[in-house]
Formats: sequence, structure tokens, C-alpha cells
Amino acid sequence: MARVLLFGRLSDLAGWRDREIDSPFLSALRSRLAAEDADLGQALAGPGVQVALDQVIVRGDAPLNARTEVAFLPPMSGG
Amino acid sequence: MIRLTFDPFDPGALLSEFCRDRKEVGAVATFTGLARADTGSTTILELEAYPGFTEGQIGKIADQARARFTLDDVLILHRVGKIAPGEPVVFVATAARHRRAAFEACDFLMDYLKSKAPFWKKEHGPDGARWVEPKPQDHADLARWEKETST
Repeated sequence: MARVLLFGRLSDLAGWRDREIDSPFLSALRSRLAAEDADLGQALAGPGVQVALDQVIVRGDAPLNARTEVAFLPPMSGG
Repeated sequence: MIRLTFDPFDPGALLSEFCRDRKEVGAVATFTGLARADTGSTTILELEAYPGFTEGQIGKIADQARARFTLDDVLILHRVGKIAPGEPVVFVATAARHRRAAFEACDFLMDYLKSKAPFWKKEHGPDGARWVEPKPQDHADLARWEKETST
């Protein structure tokens, strides 16, 4: 089971911030989340949303193992 | 040192501590960012981080600043959680042999923190809450340093 984390406006939109989801690939995880919640699926694919696997930013698809931490990161702003 | 804190902090005390026992440094520059009320439209600022990842990403940029500006030391303290207007949100201190490097490193680090550091910022006000994303000016501020790198 991958651990999926949503940050910023994504967690407000989805109504959750932390879930265990079983999925072999990042692409399959995206499809599954989009099938459950079309608005969330669209937001996750939106401009400026990055993905970190085990705290490392990735681009494109990637395999997930049972303990992968998948974080969806909308545009960041500190200070 | 990079640290996130849920608690209010005293920038003056941090500066005193940062300057202690430095005999060769010559220059310390600091920046303190305060939460702004925006004439009443923001009653509380809320900042979210990704613990571990956020400190790691800031650490990478602090290492870049150390190398680029030949710093002796860097301190970055950033609030997370709910912050009232007027309270410090971020404190950056840089130590170098000469003032120019210390000033520039502080400026560089703040431009990075505004638009690239893993924080998500929500403003709560009388009209509800809104997520704040980097403004075009924030990207332009950061781009100044990229231009200088590529030349």
C-alpha cells in the first residue's frame, strides 16, 4: 500500500490529506484517484503540481512499492 | 541550521545568538518576514510544510548559498501552523567575511523561500480562506539569480 499525501489546496479539494492506496504505478494511482474524484484527478494533473516519491521529486511515471510515500505538491509559497 | 517551528520566536534573540563568538566573520545580515494584516483582510496566516522534505529542500539551497557567496554560516527559521498579523514568519541570517556577500546571500535565500521552498500558505480573513500561490513578481525576483548564474 502506497501512502498518499496531499498538500495545500489539494487536501482541501479532496477532503483528505493522507491515505493508504494499493497501486503498482504512479500512473495507475492517478487514474484511480481521478475515477473516484474527477475534480481531484484534474487538479493533480494541473500546472505546477509536482510529485515526490519518498521525498524525491519525479517526472513522468514510476513504479510504486508497498511502502512508497507519494506526495502531490501544488505550487509552493513560503516567506 | 534550518529549522521549522510552530511557536512564535524572537528575531532579536536569534540575532544575538547568531553573532556570538564570531571573531573572523565581519558581516552578519538578516531578514525578518512578518505576517501582514493587509488592512484587515487577513486575520490569520496558516503555513503548511512537508516535514523532512521541506527542511531537506531548504538545506540544498542553503548549501548553494554557502558556496556561491562564500558564507561562514546560515540560519533559517520558518514558522508553520497559524500565525497572527505582526508575528515573525521567517528569519534568515547569513555570516560572511564582508557585507556584500552577507546581504546578497540573504536576498537570494528569501527569493528562493518565497516561490520554491515547500510551504503552502493560506490566508484566513473575514471573507473566508484562500490559498496563496507565488506571484509573477516572486518568479521574477528568483529569475534574477538564474540570469547571473548562466552568464
